[in-house]
Amino acid sequence: MKIIIAGDGKVGLTLTQKLAAEGHDLTLIDSKQSVLDSSTERYDVMGIQGNCASMEVLNRAKVKNADLLIAVTSTDEINLLCCMTAHGLHPEINTIARIRNPEYGKQIFTMREVYSLSLIVNPEKQAAREIERLIKFPGFLQRDTFAKSRVEIVELRLEKGGRLCDVRLMDLERVVKCKVLVCAVSRSGSVSIPDGNFILREGDHVFFTATSENLTFMLQNLGVITRRAKRVMICGGGRIGYYLAERLARDKVQVQLIEQNGDRCEELAEELPEEVCVIHGDASSQFLLESEGIDECDALVTMTGMDEMNMILSLYGKNCKVPQVITKVGHLEKSSIHDSLDLGSVVCPKELCCNEIVRYVRAMQNTQGAAVTLHNIADGQVEALEFVADDQTRHLGMPLRDIRLKKNILIACITHGSDTRIPTGDSFYRRGDSVIIVARGGMKLLTFNDIFE
Amino acid sequence: MNYKMMGKFLSQILMMEVIFMLPALFISIFDGEEPAIMGFVTAIAVTSLVSLLLYFVCRKSENRFYAREGFVCVGVSWIAISLFGCLPFLLSGEIEKPVDALFEMVSGFTTTGASILTDVEALSRGMLYWRSFSHWLGGMGVLVFLLALAPNREAGSGFTMHLLRAESPGPNVGKLVPKMRTTARILYLIYIFLTLLDFVFLLCGGMPVFDAVCTAFGTAGTGGFGIKNDSIAGYSPYIQNVCTVFMLLFGMNFSCYYLLLLKQVKAVWKDEELRLYAVIVLGSILLIVWNIHGYYGTLGETVRHAAFQVASVVTTTGFATTDFDLWPNFSKILLLMLMFVGACAGSTAGGLKVGRVLLLFKNLKRNIRRLLNPRRVEVVRVNGAKTSEEVLRNTNTYLAAYVLIMMISVLLVSVDELSIPTNISAVISCFNNIGPGVDMVGPTANYSVFSGFSKMVLIFDMLAGRLEIFPILILFSRSTWRNAKFSRKI
Repeated sequence: MKIIIAGDGKVGLTLTQKLAAEGHDLTLIDSKQSVLDSSTERYDVMGIQGNCASMEVLNRAKVKNADLLIAVTSTDEINLLCCMTAHGLHPEINTIARIRNPEYGKQIFTMREVYSLSLIVNPEKQAAREIERLIKFPGFLQRDTFAKSRVEIVELRLEKGGRLCDVRLMDLERVVKCKVLVCAVSRSGSVSIPDGNFILREGDHVFFTATSENLTFMLQNLGVITRRAKRVMICGGGRIGYYLAERLARDKVQVQLIEQNGDRCEELAEELPEEVCVIHGDASSQFLLESEGIDECDALVTMTGMDEMNMILSLYGKNCKVPQVITKVGHLEKSSIHDSLDLGSVVCPKELCCNEIVRYVRAMQNTQGAAVTLHNIADGQVEALEFVADDQTRHLGMPLRDIRLKKNILIACITHGSDTRIPTGDSFYRRGDSVIIVARGGMKLLTFNDIFE
Repeated sequence: MNYKMMGKFLSQILMMEVIFMLPALFISIFDGEEPAIMGFVTAIAVTSLVSLLLYFVCRKSENRFYAREGFVCVGVSWIAISLFGCLPFLLSGEIEKPVDALFEMVSGFTTTGASILTDVEALSRGMLYWRSFSHWLGGMGVLVFLLALAPNREAGSGFTMHLLRAESPGPNVGKLVPKMRTTARILYLIYIFLTLLDFVFLLCGGMPVFDAVCTAFGTAGTGGFGIKNDSIAGYSPYIQNVCTVFMLLFGMNFSCYYLLLLKQVKAVWKDEELRLYAVIVLGSILLIVWNIHGYYGTLGETVRHAAFQVASVVTTTGFATTDFDLWPNFSKILLLMLMFVGACAGSTAGGLKVGRVLLLFKNLKRNIRRLLNPRRVEVVRVNGAKTSEEVLRNTNTYLAAYVLIMMISVLLVSVDELSIPTNISAVISCFNNIGPGVDMVGPTANYSVFSGFSKMVLIFDMLAGRLEIFPILILFSRSTWRNAKFSRKI
């Protein structure tokens, strides 16, 4: 597909990397030549320097032949204008705009219709939603839902002396007393898709798939805390902080929001409901954290503008025995640095936003048999994809034990109508079923049939 | 440095060369020339063996590839294809000395067309074909060809930009479309189409098929190897005119053809480089016609010879229809100057390129104006768009390296005690990939007068000229190899 990406910043670059790997024709627009040069040097893409909202520049980027325009510059208004201009030049084009200003937040749906945008992404809001989910369901590091929230994939870290340590996967069902599937294990940075003989060890990050009921049951059996968070401390009052505080306050959670900038504090105090406690101060000061009661809160979310600061604050929080710590990482690529530190859950808004866009692109590329949703687990080393079986799908109605899949692919879950189950060798799928596949990252599975040998 | 990846690349290039040697082998078999058959068979065997060995050793390579690897890869690949490409000449015994065979092959791939053969017609047809074909392949670029064929996975990373930049001449190389593979394919399709067109036109003029194929290859790559001792002079005026037109066409920037395909005629019409190119060509023809009137019988003949020689030199082809060494000095100097200028960027020609000359002049104009108004801020524009200071800086650096290499080469070559015009014009001619010079290397003479050492210097010049200096120069820089261990760790 021919795709134009306007704005070669953090998100633009990550998108370039992901979409170029899937073989799309990419044209980047940015106002800085040096940024473009570094992109064209790394990826097989074309760079055009200029203002992406100007017709002349869009024409140079061959907007009339393009299928999709993704506007992810730093300014909402430019993104909007860029999409509108492109639409004017080429009415059939699909447009995705990044809109981040909370002031536009309430009119997103109207805007989408009025400016005929295909998708509006808001990385901060997405990140806030993700963090909220993590706070509401503590005990695991990451959580994703599929098949209209009926299936979940969660990440658990095996603590020392836990009941799952040294358990062979065949015996897993006996230990947790319900049907769950381990779809990936990350051990000291390397991720594998295990078979029945795999033995879990202390320190492993384990990714479980299960239906929502079974998962709750399993967590209870394992003695993982499912206590509701009552007090949450947020360091950094940026956009994510704002969205998160608003959402948590709506759920009657007590929120303390620490922000360094006095003017921003006033703004936050004005915009947020009264229950949120906005504190003007430097979150890196130990005295302030202690006086605001860091050791009494149930969750600490660090999301200042600096990744390094966030990491250090999270480590301190862990040290103060805060039950749940969530770290926002903006600039750094998710890497083994995070793994080697005990940072709790790591959330990367850029990554979340890119995944949503990539999901949209895949859906657009092949409306027949394409992946409905895509989730990255274990830093993208493993992907979970949801497909809907249709007439073209092979092996309909055949027991799974007779189907030969490619290496490192696992069928994690089959949903038929309202019935969701973890498959066994006798299971099969019919037309219209939604099937979740777990595969090693970067395998480029575009259609359901790609998973078969 | 990622040696394994480079080795894999090299093995692919050698395999490609083997495939291209096959038609030449078939021609030799058809003619029943036994030495030539032996030469090609042995060369093919040796080359494929080396290629397979390289592939076997390097098949498990990492995919890390940066600017340094890109440059080194281009330089090494060109040296390798020249070394293996000259094997048929050597093994068949048709050219005896190794230096001579290498000179002939490098001259072929770099589209120079300078020959050490005193009697071209003595070569077998298989060898003549291989010589001319090397022009065609070298014209658009060996690596670009590989990129057009490579699976997207390999062509689809950013480093391929370095390969294109190193092989495709000009100050400001860019892709036509977002994907490198598609760009390479478009370039080669245009190239193949134009070559076929040239071939058909030549056939219409009653040229024998084999001659037409070789001449079309020589014209397309702006190479200039003739298959007759008197180059093109023996053919009819019609054929000479066809050659003139096609040489000029192959000297145009290929992105112009792409724009024409997209029906953007206005952009091509307004292209400043193309306009300057046209002005230079027409102006030179007029001046030479005025200068040499009376040398030939009719005005028509005068114009034909003047136009042919100008086209041949400005596009750095090097065909000849007449001995311009006998022309008055003004015309000779004018032709020598055209050798420097060369044709458009992004064409198959050598030389400085009209685009660079345009930038140098505009920059010069700006600097003079700045002397008058020291606080004046001005940008250099080409086709209405601003040229970045980096491109200007690179152009200046290029000119400096260009002049330096030329001077050192002239000094080294003059050890042979030949006349000054011979030395200077030989270096200019080789460095700009033209072929003939003046005096003892004039259109009717050849390079056999030089010693082995001078030939090596000229071989270096031809390669440096074709690859625009830096990919070759970089091979001799210590820092290219020094940090090899360090960079692998990163």
